[in-house]
Amino acid sequence: MSKTSRTLITMPKTARKGEIIEIKAIVQHDMETGFRHTEQGKLIPRDIIRVFTCQFNGAEIFKADFFPAIGANPLLIFTVIATTSGTFQFSWAGDDGYLAINQSQISVT
Amino acid sequence: MLLHAAPSSAADPRQSGYQLMSAENKAMQDDPSLNPATFAILDGQSAWQERLGSSNQACASCHGDAAKSMQGVATRYPQLVDGKLMNLEGRINQCRAEKQKVKPLPYESKELLSLLAYISVQSKGMPIQIKATPATQPYLEAGKRHFNQRIGQLNLSCKQCHEERAGEKLAGIPIPQAHPTAYPIYRIEWQSVGSLQRRLRNCMIGVRAEPYTYGSKELTELELFLMMRANGMPLEAPGVRP
Repeated sequence: MSKTSRTLITMPKTARKGEIIEIKAIVQHDMETGFRHTEQGKLIPRDIIRVFTCQFNGAEIFKADFFPAIGANPLLIFTVIATTSGTFQFSWAGDDGYLAINQSQISVT
Repeated sequence: MLLHAAPSSAADPRQSGYQLMSAENKAMQDDPSLNPATFAILDGQSAWQERLGSSNQACASCHGDAAKSMQGVATRYPQLVDGKLMNLEGRINQCRAEKQKVKPLPYESKELLSLLAYISVQSKGMPIQIKATPATQPYLEAGKRHFNQRIGQLNLSCKQCHEERAGEKLAGIPIPQAHPTAYPIYRIEWQSVGSLQRRLRNCMIGVRAEPYTYGSKELTELELFLMMRANGMPLEAPGVRP
């Protein structure tokens, strides 16, 4: 069973070669730590995003591992140096077959 | 466009809870690319188009483009609908029951909050405009009584904290004046979007009182009073709060 949800990428569409650009990536996910119990005492199983990766033109340039303390709807802001034009691919993978993918193009002059 | 509420003039002492937040949280509220409630808005936008029930009607079937038809709506609720005082959640459910012929959405459900967020954001920046009429007068007075009434094991009223001690600290945190300018909010403590009624119930639990149920007459009256008290202040929905 594969689950997915919305993601939102904010980054510039153009940049000069060598410029530092900021990428904001936020994903919709309620996150369940796996440490909570129902009122009846039953353990609520963990359901979190486990890993976020960012690839540029097919090569991985950024990766983040998430653990049960990760907040819901996590926002990641990171910077990269613009080198060439191309495609960023962002992917979030998690428990219960969760997978979300987003893409963004950049034109570097 | 100024979307948050600074005191509207030197003479207006009212202040939104926005003013008490850290710079980071203010930035989170102001920027849709950082505000987690944006997802609720997008979900609401999808739900708006969804045809439902035996009527096969979507919200859009009658209301068209929400950006036009829902502009200003959130600034006018709670209001009387067919003689019954309703907040916006109640109004959405009434439309679902009567026009779409489907079951109402449970209070605080993701689906209802998404529609609430989507409808509310269409009024972002607009001043709250509750009309005081002879018909709403008894409800306003009831709401004011709830606000002033000491309740719970701690025997505290809303007024004691949010009027008499607004700006002072409780558990190290500044007490806001409790204007509902930003609802529905993404509360970082909740890690989710929530309604004003959720917050009111939390406060009642906080003073160790039995909270009124969602959609109850008492909570709706209190909501009406709080909105009236904030009349003229701009709606920030959907807000972020710590």
